[in-house]
Amino acid sequence: MKSLEELKAIREKTRGQMHLRKEDGPDNTRIVVGMATCGIAAGARPVLAAAVEQVSRRSLEHVAVTQTGCIGVCRLEPIVEVYVPGSEKVTYVDMNPEKMEKVIAEHIVNGRIVTEYTIGANE
Amino acid sequence: MEFVRSHILVCAGTGCTASKSHEVFDELVKQLESNGLDKEVKVIKTGCFGLCELGPVVVVYPEGSFYSRVTPDNVKRIVEEHILKGRIVRDLLYHETVKKDNISSINETGFYKKQLRIALRNCGIINPENIDEYIAYDGYAALARALTEQKPEEIIEIVQKSGLRGRGGAGFPTGRKWEFAAKAQGEEKYVACNADEGDPGAFMDRSILEGDPHSVLEAMAIAGYCIGAENGVIYIRAEYPIAVHRLEVAIGQAKEYGFLGKGIFGTDFNFDIEIRLGAGAFVCGEETALISSVEGRRGEPRPRPPFPAVKGIFGMPTLLNNVETYANIPWILQNGWEAMAKIGTEGAKGTKVFALGGKITNTGLVEVPMGTTIRDIVEVIGGGIPGGKKFKAAQTGGPSGGCIPASHIDTPIDYETLTSIGSMMGSGGLIIMDEDNCMVDIAKYFLDFTVEESCGKCVPCRIGTRRMYQLLEKITEGNGTMEDLDTLEELCEHIKQNSLCALGGSAPNPVLSTIKHFREEYVAHVRDKKCPSGICKNLLTYKILDNCKGCTACTRVCPVNAITGKVKEVHVIDPAKCIKCNACVEKCKFNSIIKE
Repeated sequence: MKSLEELKAIREKTRGQMHLRKEDGPDNTRIVVGMATCGIAAGARPVLAAAVEQVSRRSLEHVAVTQTGCIGVCRLEPIVEVYVPGSEKVTYVDMNPEKMEKVIAEHIVNGRIVTEYTIGANE
Repeated sequence: MEFVRSHILVCAGTGCTASKSHEVFDELVKQLESNGLDKEVKVIKTGCFGLCELGPVVVVYPEGSFYSRVTPDNVKRIVEEHILKGRIVRDLLYHETVKKDNISSINETGFYKKQLRIALRNCGIINPENIDEYIAYDGYAALARALTEQKPEEIIEIVQKSGLRGRGGAGFPTGRKWEFAAKAQGEEKYVACNADEGDPGAFMDRSILEGDPHSVLEAMAIAGYCIGAENGVIYIRAEYPIAVHRLEVAIGQAKEYGFLGKGIFGTDFNFDIEIRLGAGAFVCGEETALISSVEGRRGEPRPRPPFPAVKGIFGMPTLLNNVETYANIPWILQNGWEAMAKIGTEGAKGTKVFALGGKITNTGLVEVPMGTTIRDIVEVIGGGIPGGKKFKAAQTGGPSGGCIPASHIDTPIDYETLTSIGSMMGSGGLIIMDEDNCMVDIAKYFLDFTVEESCGKCVPCRIGTRRMYQLLEKITEGNGTMEDLDTLEELCEHIKQNSLCALGGSAPNPVLSTIKHFREEYVAHVRDKKCPSGICKNLLTYKILDNCKGCTACTRVCPVNAITGKVKEVHVIDPAKCIKCNACVEKCKFNSIIKE
């Protein structure tokens, strides 16, 4: 270790792995994956993995990926809910890892809701 | 590359380790593996969260769920419900975070709300055995900046302006100490860390070293740069094996990264740290005794001056600070002296860590801004006194400190206010007492400790404290006279004035402060031959009241057959036989047995 830059590089790298440990603040976006029996059976686990992977890759420090139990519409699982502070909850249904990636790129990063995956479009 | 979605932090501090947190850790690893979750969930051992009363503590992120008193049997539920299915196990959470319709953040609970963690900033957040995590929380940035951009005088000035004072007890301004050591002349210089924490009940230095050892290493290297020293010594007692182990790991990692060693950050600054293990003598917390012990000689104090800053380890100028003092340094350099100077009172800036113990609901480690009142610590952070009992006194400063009575409960804590009411800041032990504590007995307890720990070099301390102890023994046995009280006070003054070091100089404090604030209790012991709190056995008699139902439970539990009586008739205790073991009182269902 000879320079401030090297130190900073380690800091940034480890920080990215540790952002999980921040208290869930009011400014945080939450991605909630339904992980009840119905969700898992419908394939929620790879969806969750995709969400976690994308959030890590993109170093989205203000985004927390969590799980929840049965949301109630089991036929539409895997279900993912996105809570962006200051806007209404968006519910995506019938998700898969590819759709999850797109939601993160479009909705979380660029703020454009992917309407065709939402529960409203499905019904 | 693996992607982790959840971090589970398990407290591996002193308190939680004692309540078997390592078994919880092992069980977590096992359960995660058997559920196939070990790739996506990481389990991390951290330092002390502070809430030792409720240990072992387990915190699950990103939710921030704070599980308390977790046993290995609970782990399966936490993994299968919370980690696998995302359903937080509410009944295992710390009860104060569970609200009717939601779960509040741990920082909103009474215990944490009034705290401000500076010295403990990383404890319970990072893995102390992983240097990268310390770096992620701005670790070693202060050292890097100091070496590459700042002059030693600039840094000393920042420390001075911050108002930081020694956290080991005496409260000497840290910046001035650094300045003295920087100006002292010597072919070699030493930076030493006093980790010989000896007060009964105090464990903040231990917890900092166990939870965040790098903060101390970084501060010592900065201090070395400021005063021109290349040698660092940490004097720690061998009774702290976890702290010693984590220090060894930390020093190894710091050397590997080049934060210790030769040519740090490409400059020509060299600095190395070695650990010296002490055998756990209380007097070795005194700076000159500590220096003797580091040199390999008997741990005995010597007169000052010369002060260590002029003549310390091996006769060389030595800067000696306490663990908690060092832990503040990187924070000050990162956040600026203004940040610390605006916390606290006129004379004392920043925060102080206290080890909260005794008759209090939330036993543990707390860090509060200087100027916080004892009432806030007891009632809000400490959660009050269990069993609806009344607050009687708070003991600060361990065997060198004194008792603060209920009438001073609104005193804001800083160095001067505590001294003015006959106690002292000390290293930060804070023991809470309720109406069941006898103040004479407390004074005797602390004196017993000093008598044991006196090194014996000077007469006032070696013989004086023993005589004091004998007088207190006489009083608690009911043989004291009013003259004894006067002799005791006179003796206290002599020992205070004539002892060689602070151990003897402060040993009378527990006696003096209890006589000052609780004189009536001493008088009750001497004149009325009574112990108002029912602690001193020789002054007690056990009696059975007329509401005795004659159930015979007490006769069966009495180990010396002192209780007689027929079934369904009032029983009698023979005071000649009674050994005052209290077994009958605990057994009686009708509260018929009293002691007076």
